[in-house]
Amino acid sequence: MRRYVLSRLGQVILTLLIYITLVYFLLQAMPGDITQMYLANPKVPQAAREELRKQLGLDQGVVMQYLTYVKNFFRGELGVSFSHYPRPVWDILMERLPRTFVLFLTAHVLSFYVGYVMGRVIAWRRGRVVDYAATVVGITFWTAFYPLLALVLIWIFAYTLRLLPLNQFIEPKLWQGAPFSANTVFGYMVYGGGAVAIGLFLIFYAFLRGLKRTRRNVALAWLSGSVLVAVALLAASRAGLLVYIWDIVNHMVLPVCTLTLISFAGTMLLMRDSMLETVQEDYVMAAHAKGLPDTIVRDRYAARTAILPTVTSLVLSLASSMSGGLVTETMFSWPGLGQVLFHSALANDYPLATGALAFTGVFLLIAHFVADILYAVLDPRIAYTGQPAAEG
Amino acid sequence: MRGLSQNWAVFRESRIGMLGLIVILLFGVFGALWPIMINTVWDPLIYHPVVGFDPMLLHPSPPTKAHLLGTDPIGRDILAQLMFSTGREFLLGVLSALITVVIGTVIGTVAAYYGGFTDTFFMRVADIMMLFPFIPLLVVVGSMVRLTFFPFAIILGVLGGFGGITIILKAQALSVKVRPYIDAARVAGGSSFHIIRAHIIPNVLPLSFLYMMFNVTGAILSEATLSFFGVLNIDMSWGMMIHTAEAAGYLFDFGKYWWLWLPSGLAITLFCAAFYMVGRGLDEVVNPRLRKR
Repeated sequence: MRRYVLSRLGQVILTLLIYITLVYFLLQAMPGDITQMYLANPKVPQAAREELRKQLGLDQGVVMQYLTYVKNFFRGELGVSFSHYPRPVWDILMERLPRTFVLFLTAHVLSFYVGYVMGRVIAWRRGRVVDYAATVVGITFWTAFYPLLALVLIWIFAYTLRLLPLNQFIEPKLWQGAPFSANTVFGYMVYGGGAVAIGLFLIFYAFLRGLKRTRRNVALAWLSGSVLVAVALLAASRAGLLVYIWDIVNHMVLPVCTLTLISFAGTMLLMRDSMLETVQEDYVMAAHAKGLPDTIVRDRYAARTAILPTVTSLVLSLASSMSGGLVTETMFSWPGLGQVLFHSALANDYPLATGALAFTGVFLLIAHFVADILYAVLDPRIAYTGQPAAEG
Repeated sequence: MRGLSQNWAVFRESRIGMLGLIVILLFGVFGALWPIMINTVWDPLIYHPVVGFDPMLLHPSPPTKAHLLGTDPIGRDILAQLMFSTGREFLLGVLSALITVVIGTVIGTVAAYYGGFTDTFFMRVADIMMLFPFIPLLVVVGSMVRLTFFPFAIILGVLGGFGGITIILKAQALSVKVRPYIDAARVAGGSSFHIIRAHIIPNVLPLSFLYMMFNVTGAILSEATLSFFGVLNIDMSWGMMIHTAEAAGYLFDFGKYWWLWLPSGLAITLFCAAFYMVGRGLDEVVNPRLRKR
């Protein structure tokens, strides 16, 4: 296992290097540099522009610049943003990354769960009305024109029904006299939410998988789970954070739901196909023959094996969801990585655009890596040498 | 391999696939109406999708008898734009998907046949391509250089061609490569080129064709998204129509100006869904595991 992880890690770093190189040269090939921003400014004469070029190292060869960039990249120095001058790129990205991360993790997990549950249901009822209806509806959302769908949902839920806040990350009015900054609250929210989620997972895992699944244990699991949530909520409200956390969560609802709507079909259809295969296996028939109830056979026998390919697709869909991230964040004015990328591209802010693209890559690579390890853990047939045990 | 009529019979059983096919045919008819309409019924000065203008109305005008779907903020007929774009979307989708599939098939079969370094190299390339967040990347590129219709279709096709599709097609080609008749062909003196062309590629083609359908969907959605953000240099497309409405600020009053976004938005969604459904239908033909017993 250790060897497998290490070799994967080596590959990840190599891929990252290639990726950064590609991104760097791609943006380098684009026309213009920072000194052209001052071209029309009479107060910045030719000599001053030359001096600026020299100070920024733009007079050196492209290869030299590239080497400097890579060296700085691994030190966490990504230069200074042009459009947010003089904020360093690193600062901006570090502020934005957690927001993107939380939004996408929530949406991804939710859509994966919805797709998983629906996929196993429609595979079980293959050829019935449920199957056709869910497939057609799912495909329609999956191929829906995303920006427009976002606008329609905003229009319905935020504008007409006024159920949810319109856009943005926070409600400025509420935060005017706030004793905390949005980033602090968000930090608490992420750590607290993460801790509660891990706690809940452990509780339910222990009671439902580890111990015997008796009625008493299930009740105990629910009880201790709700106690945990109640304690967390109480702590937040004692610290005066609850209103602000609620505000952020409120702003997350619409983007998360939109993302889920648009992406659940991918998992659902894959789960359906994968289930259709496993329901023909002998052990499923054996489970039926034992007289187990239908839902138990479906959920604990057929679906358990069928989930493997969907885990792989989860990884592959990460890249496309990062692409979708730009759309989501722009449509919902969610101040994350995608929005930064979009604005920096429009403003010809090369350092920020390069940094944001590179970070998107880092984000995806880490996700890729984690999923690979997860897959190896889930599927014992994959040998840890990095080669599939049985070919074909 | 089964014959075409047999495959058609399997495909017809899939209701999802047939539904998609019917929608595509309807779009085809709709798009084919465009040259007829502009040459007979419609006055090009008023109904031209890009430079037309109707001086008799205030724009954007809601649907009237003269303009069945209304006009856009600069006085162009929405229905004409919709019809004109249909053909273009077909062209864009099919062209870029074709490029993707040709590249993917060639690389996939070659990588499977030769193995070794060629294989490793192209698989790693595919890994990196799958990592690329294309939409952000194309937004960055598009905002810095002018991307017009054909270069965009080709870029999309080429980027897709080196991506995940090669891995899938390689796996398929690998399963063909180990069959005895390939050995027989080699023993009979067939060259590598001949074996790949005459024996491996024909067996991979159904799967390639299947992925072509999914790629059409992807290409059109990418075009629409990028057009919507205004980073493409395309004179008219469904995404561009929504962009026009958005840029002029009419999407703020969403319900009132429905004719500016609903027809084109629906067209994009239906068109893409149709191709995707055909792909799903083909999946049941190509993929023996999905067939009903």
